[in-house]
Amino acid sequence: MGSSTSQLSKELLSEYQELTFLTKQEILLAHKTFIELLPPESQNVVDSLTAQVSRVPTEKVLTLPELKANPFKDRICRVFSTAPEKDSLSFEDFLDLLSVFSDAATPDIKSHYAFRIFDFDDDGTLNKEDLKQLVNRLTGTEEDTQLSPSEMNQLIQNILEESDIDRDGTINLSEFQHVISRSPDFTSSFKIVL
Amino acid sequence: MSGFPIPEHEASWCHPCPFLSCTDLVEGKKTFRKPIPKSDTIPSKQQALSNRKKRTHDCRKEEKEEGSREIKIKALHQKKDVRRKHREMFGEDEWNKAEKSSNGKRKRERKASNKEQKEAKNKEKQIRKKKEKHLKKYSSSPSVSNSSDEESISEEEMARIMEQVEEKKKIIATIRNKPWPMMKKLEVLREAQAFVEKFEGALGKGKGKKFYAYKMMMNKKWIKFKRDFDNFKTQCIPWEMKIKEIESHFGSSVASYFIFLRWMYGVNLVLFGLIFGLVIIPEVLMGMPYGSIPRKTVPRAEEEKAMDFSVLWDFEGYIKYSALFYGYYNNQRTIGWLKYRLPMAYFMVGVSVFGYSLMVVIRSMASNAQESTGEGNGDNFTFSFKMFTSWDYLIGNPETADNKYASITTSFKESIVDEQESNKEENIHLTRFLRVLANFLIICCLCGSGYLIYFVVKRSQEFSKMQNVSWYERNEVEIVMSLLGMFCPPLFETIAALENYHPRIGLKWQLGRIFALFLGNLYTFLLALMDDVHLKLSNEEAIKNITHWTLFNYYNASMWNESVTRPPLHPADVPRGSCWETTVGIEFVRLTVSDILVTFITILLGDFLRACFVRFMNYCWCWDLEAGFPSYSEFDISGNVLGLIFNQGMIWMGSFYAPGLVGINVLRLLTSMYFQCWAVMSSNVPHERVFKASKSNNFYMGLLLLVLFLSLLPVAYTIMSLTPSFDCGPFSGKNRMYDVIPETIENDFPTFVGKIFAYIANPGLIIPAILLMALAIYYLNSVSKGLARANIQLRKKIQAVSRMGIPSWRVQEWIHSFSKQICFMSPDGLGIITILASIYIVTRLANYMLSHNKTVRQELLLFPFYR
Repeated sequence: MGSSTSQLSKELLSEYQELTFLTKQEILLAHKTFIELLPPESQNVVDSLTAQVSRVPTEKVLTLPELKANPFKDRICRVFSTAPEKDSLSFEDFLDLLSVFSDAATPDIKSHYAFRIFDFDDDGTLNKEDLKQLVNRLTGTEEDTQLSPSEMNQLIQNILEESDIDRDGTINLSEFQHVISRSPDFTSSFKIVL
Repeated sequence: MSGFPIPEHEASWCHPCPFLSCTDLVEGKKTFRKPIPKSDTIPSKQQALSNRKKRTHDCRKEEKEEGSREIKIKALHQKKDVRRKHREMFGEDEWNKAEKSSNGKRKRERKASNKEQKEAKNKEKQIRKKKEKHLKKYSSSPSVSNSSDEESISEEEMARIMEQVEEKKKIIATIRNKPWPMMKKLEVLREAQAFVEKFEGALGKGKGKKFYAYKMMMNKKWIKFKRDFDNFKTQCIPWEMKIKEIESHFGSSVASYFIFLRWMYGVNLVLFGLIFGLVIIPEVLMGMPYGSIPRKTVPRAEEEKAMDFSVLWDFEGYIKYSALFYGYYNNQRTIGWLKYRLPMAYFMVGVSVFGYSLMVVIRSMASNAQESTGEGNGDNFTFSFKMFTSWDYLIGNPETADNKYASITTSFKESIVDEQESNKEENIHLTRFLRVLANFLIICCLCGSGYLIYFVVKRSQEFSKMQNVSWYERNEVEIVMSLLGMFCPPLFETIAALENYHPRIGLKWQLGRIFALFLGNLYTFLLALMDDVHLKLSNEEAIKNITHWTLFNYYNASMWNESVTRPPLHPADVPRGSCWETTVGIEFVRLTVSDILVTFITILLGDFLRACFVRFMNYCWCWDLEAGFPSYSEFDISGNVLGLIFNQGMIWMGSFYAPGLVGINVLRLLTSMYFQCWAVMSSNVPHERVFKASKSNNFYMGLLLLVLFLSLLPVAYTIMSLTPSFDCGPFSGKNRMYDVIPETIENDFPTFVGKIFAYIANPGLIIPAILLMALAIYYLNSVSKGLARANIQLRKKIQAVSRMGIPSWRVQEWIHSFSKQICFMSPDGLGIITILASIYIVTRLANYMLSHNKTVRQELLLFPFYR
């Protein structure tokens, strides 16, 4: 059912290619995947494109195998959602997501979104609480892999020492991008492929 | 920014509406010839003036425009489509506010003000002109009239529209880099596209108009074609889905092996096309058929068994006398009705196989290196990198994710401990002793394996002289080499456990040792083979005499009378030499085939059977097999990559003497792609320590380059300094193989080419040329070192500057805007330009800061550069 209906109009397809880093095949594949996530009654092309009608709730998106194991999956959906409650993704949001995580996206835009993903309280800077939460997510939920409080403090101290250039106790976007731009393997690992 | 000063009283005139819509531009003349009501402009003038007093020179214009924006909006309030634009702009402003990051906002604002400034410039000119024409009271003003004033209005407008079209095009090209939601991007894109569409055709005048429109249309078609072609290209990349699946299960490091394998397959496919298209197919189609001459016929003694499988399996019999091997080719200068020069083609293909491989490897190394130049010194950010970049977003498998969590935790803990106890080292003497011991043991192993191979090859030469030898004795060399390759690496790993290195360093050592082992084995094998070749060469004279005598006796035998010409001797009966080239070729083919078999059997036994055993015996076993001792195997990335690299080395060495070898290799890579993909997915588990691949990419490429060079050496040696066999191969009868080139030049080119060639080959010319090249390398090297130094200095400055709060994108945009002004691009000019650019950037930065921040000025004086 997905394959027969996943035909986007030519103009729209070329516009999406202009606006994202995705190729035609990837956009079509994304559309197909998206339609399969929709409830059965609205699985047609027109509905899937109108953002008001068909939004896939975050819980549904998180079941995708590409996102299932990701510790930041809820953050990713939140950052890319344009819904007022930030709890669902339209097809265009979904394309935005895939575009940023695609191979061809520039490091600049990748690091911009990485920053927003790591900014758990959405206040525009990474403060100690954000960093703590980030570490906790990276070390997994199991008891034996968690860091002890003293280790955590030590770690956050070290990170701030390295990256917080203006010494205000938080890491802002330009400081973050400064660090990321030096990383040899950020762009190769900040990738999600359908 | 306008380069000339703006007269005071004109300040209000020269700020256009930034929200000028498409229709306004068309009717530009009408719109702007109407003088704007004066009452509107007066407050703006005052505001602009008061603003200007506060601000310094640099940001003056920006501010003015912001101040005047409101008024301009009022001035053009009546226009309906303007109002629409308005709403958009305000929408954007609101969106800006909602957006948390200040960066994006500033960027956009700057963009907008840039646009405003440009339009300001244009409209300023226009309005000034109008004033000169219509408003006499301004005629006495100190106008900045220049030659452009005399031009017709339409031309200016054209330029303006052109500029705007260019701008819109730029927006279209860069819109995907903006961190906006899709709705907004879509809107901006549609608007920009509509604008471009509308005005592209209107540009150009008279005759040029049509041509311009045509050019634009072709341009658009070309872009569309390029995009379609890109889409097509990505569709053509094979195994994309397979690799992605593996990537999501095992992380990027295992996938990097498969990407490497795919790349290798591509390279081999090209080599295969080269050899088959230019050598084998012409020979099969146009060359003399099988059985026509001795070199193309199985000798009488071997005829009975020539079709037996056991013989064919050893690449003897009919296979040996086929187009797959060197010996089959005839030394006829041209073949077929095409007059195809086969020996020449054979030689050139042999050379170009190496040339192409070298080019491809170096190019991919360079592109890899280019990607990683931006990284700079990463040591300063160990913790931040671990924190922000350690997650591999490709992981889609919960099990891998768990491993990744564990490895990230370990690395966090490790680095904390490292930080705390970096200067503590316990029992350094014991560690040193163990390391020396381990290295000693490994060197012993290497020497032992080298000797073993030498011994075995020598023995096989004995065997080859004997008649009835068993299967084992015939294949002893290959078996021993494969066994060594199979058992030595684990042995090394066991020994390396003594050393107690950090795993990353340990992996490097391990790779180096396996590399040394393989290389040593290969070269011992080659040396032994070379001995054999020399032996055969020394026997050649005798065999040549025997052949001559046989033929002579046959034709001059007395029992045939002179009138009837005797039928020629059957080719199978002619005695012939051993043809060392084919022997070498066969050795390499056998080595490759046995290597393929060993690899596949290892995977089947070591991975698949083990996995089956662990999986099914776990139900009735006394301990947990899956978690305990045997468990499932991990995918051995380094071993597999090295195996692939050495296999390729053998292909490069062997392909000159066995043109069919590349075909075998293509088949091997194809099957191993599918087979290994299946084996990995079915019977391997993700690594305990999941590590990322990107860094080691160039390391593997470097190894490949080394192997390529090392395999070039023996081939070049045999081509340049051994005499080819007298009765087989395309170069038979010549003193050296490369003699085919002078021969072709002499016979097929006009004489002056030959003369030029002779001059070029003169050592008097070659030595200066080499000297010149060395000098050029030295010069380029020193230039690049200087540039790198300048680069580091520049980076330091930028870092220091960014510490003062200028975001890096601003600097980057300056660099970008500067580089656009550069129109000449030579490597030498590039160096100068870089230096100029650095001066320019630092000056701009200084300007920017001096106007903004007094404290910065003091810090800036620390830079000797600016002072």
